[in-house]
Amino acid sequence: MQVLAYLPFYPLLSFLLLIMLSKNLTWLQASIISVSSVGLSALSAGYLIHNFMISADSVVAVHLWQWFKLGDAAVNFALRLDSLSAVMLGVVTGVGFLIHVFAAAYMKGDENFSRFMAYMNLFISAMLLLVLADNLVLLYLGWEGVGLCSFLLIGFWYQEPANAKAAKKAFIVTRVGDTFFAIGLFLLFREVGSLTITDIMTSNELGLLVDNNMAFWICLLFVGGAVGKSAQLPLQTWLPDAMAGPTPVSALIHAATMVTAGVYLIARMNNLFLLTPQVMTIVAIIGALTLLLAGIAALAQSDIKRVLAYSTMSQIGYMMLGLGAGAFSAGVMHLMTHAFFKALLFLTAGAIILALHHQQNMFKMGGLLKKLPVISSLFFIGVAALIALPGTSGFVSKEAIIAELYSSKTAGPWFWWAAIVGALITSVYSFRMVFLTFFGQYRGCAEITKPSHYLLIMPLFLLAVLALAGGLITLDLTALFDVNVIDISTEPSWLHSVAVATPFIGIVIAYLIYFPHAGKTIRESKSKLTLFIQNGLGFNGLYSLLLVKPFLFLSKCNKNDVVELLIKAISWNVVTWHEVLKATQTASLRWYLAMLALGVIILLAVLLGQTSGELA
Amino acid sequence: MSQIPLNHVFIFAIILFVIGFIGVIARRNTLFMLMSLEVMLNAVGLAFIGAGSAWVEADGQVMFILILTLAAAEVAVGLALLIRLQQQRQCLDIDALNELRE
Repeated sequence: MQVLAYLPFYPLLSFLLLIMLSKNLTWLQASIISVSSVGLSALSAGYLIHNFMISADSVVAVHLWQWFKLGDAAVNFALRLDSLSAVMLGVVTGVGFLIHVFAAAYMKGDENFSRFMAYMNLFISAMLLLVLADNLVLLYLGWEGVGLCSFLLIGFWYQEPANAKAAKKAFIVTRVGDTFFAIGLFLLFREVGSLTITDIMTSNELGLLVDNNMAFWICLLFVGGAVGKSAQLPLQTWLPDAMAGPTPVSALIHAATMVTAGVYLIARMNNLFLLTPQVMTIVAIIGALTLLLAGIAALAQSDIKRVLAYSTMSQIGYMMLGLGAGAFSAGVMHLMTHAFFKALLFLTAGAIILALHHQQNMFKMGGLLKKLPVISSLFFIGVAALIALPGTSGFVSKEAIIAELYSSKTAGPWFWWAAIVGALITSVYSFRMVFLTFFGQYRGCAEITKPSHYLLIMPLFLLAVLALAGGLITLDLTALFDVNVIDISTEPSWLHSVAVATPFIGIVIAYLIYFPHAGKTIRESKSKLTLFIQNGLGFNGLYSLLLVKPFLFLSKCNKNDVVELLIKAISWNVVTWHEVLKATQTASLRWYLAMLALGVIILLAVLLGQTSGELA
Repeated sequence: MSQIPLNHVFIFAIILFVIGFIGVIARRNTLFMLMSLEVMLNAVGLAFIGAGSAWVEADGQVMFILILTLAAAEVAVGLALLIRLQQQRQCLDIDALNELRE
């Protein structure tokens, strides 16, 4: 399959081109190169997915070359398309293409425009490797590649120290998860002897893994990796800070694609996870806690992008909850619809931010419905999908997750209630954002310039269509996932009505608390509680207290570096002896000669003494 | 024809060698050091000749011819160096020419 083989390399080629020619390209040239390369990938992806759906094959594989050998097992540079990676492929190239179009218009005029587009292309390329990888080593390559691009793009405006700091934080925190993932890979290789996905899915050794408890540890380590990448508890602190990057980056990397890599990993390894119900429950607990805590944190944010960041964390929490409950199809479905509506939300937020000359504080907005009607209505569509109003794509996927929680063996009623409360919080913070931004009086001082570039508006409309109708895409993942994990026939009948009604209750609550009635003054709350919630419920402070401060303290104690003392001792020794020996180098040739003669005389005397001793 | 005893030859060679050596370490002028070196080489050559004639072997004389060749080559190189030194530094004092030290 030539099309599949070339697919990840178009953006890579464009990346190389842009990086090498970066200074000599005009805006038009650079955007044509970068956008068309992703467009080409998207077209190939569409062609492949179409063929895949009408053909009977459940897997399309293409072998490119052998990368290296691990013992007897070859690690190949090979790509594999099955129904799960087809979903991801569609999301990454489709949404990625739309965001590239938007980004070309959004970043127009930036002096490092080609560098920006080059990084975006590199990201798409790495993400495609991640989702199409035939083995976990190649997947890990893509995994690290997207991490690198995330770092580069968060710190794109590195002239601001805060941005560089956020980039570093994102890189270091996800690295913790990556380390877990890598150790998990080593363990899995030791136990199974191969890291090819087909081998892992069909290996006979898996039963043994359960017996010696290895499956538990491997899955737990994989969860560690997924948690880092997908910004779940306890490694979630990097995502809100990652909003320091340009808005298209937040949409592409920190909402639609990269942060869902953890979900993809768990869904990909589903048969391993099904062997270990304990880990599935842990995943469900992590998801439930994250969706609740992130939702609460979103309630107190004043920066519109940070609200969306916390909402992303919370929605990925839903996906994790779904996976943990065994509802793999629903989790992956939510991944897809979330990519649509969250990309839409981020891009419309970006358009608003552009219109207000980089004002991100919602308390400086207000009344935008009248001033920017088109963008506002697009934003409404995104919000409607986010809080799962009936008729949107978010409704289909989120209800699918919630419906399976109640009678799942690895989750249960508690998790169902967590999801419902989460949905309530989601709709409260979403409508708080809507009321603050679009209703009441305009509270800012900057003049509003309507973004008119058609490249900015067109992707928004397409994404809005996807956010509304994305639920109609039926995912047939039955070839991959066991369907009869959950039996939903014994559930009480009121569950579904509660789930459908929850978002509306949330809207009412938000209306009562936050709606800017005439005469009501809107001020940013500065109370201690608000600030505590705003800073992510103290996790940053906790980690700073538990990890950063002790580390700094240790490094302060060890300022003179104990280990270095040893090395310094060696160098001191060498220097001292050098000085001593240097003193003998008088450069007086006659003195050397005299000493030489003395030495010869002493040697002769010794020899003579020995020979005369032997003779006697 | 009375033969000179081998001991005498050796004692003479040693005396020559020591004179040469003292010349090398006591002189500061490099030209004289070179000349003293020649004296030392000749002392060794004399010892070879004496030993060769005492044991009626040709090896001693062969060795001497080798030493002679070596001395000629060494003097050629040494004198060339001395001429360059004289031209560049106007000085042949071995104690003053110690810049290679560092």
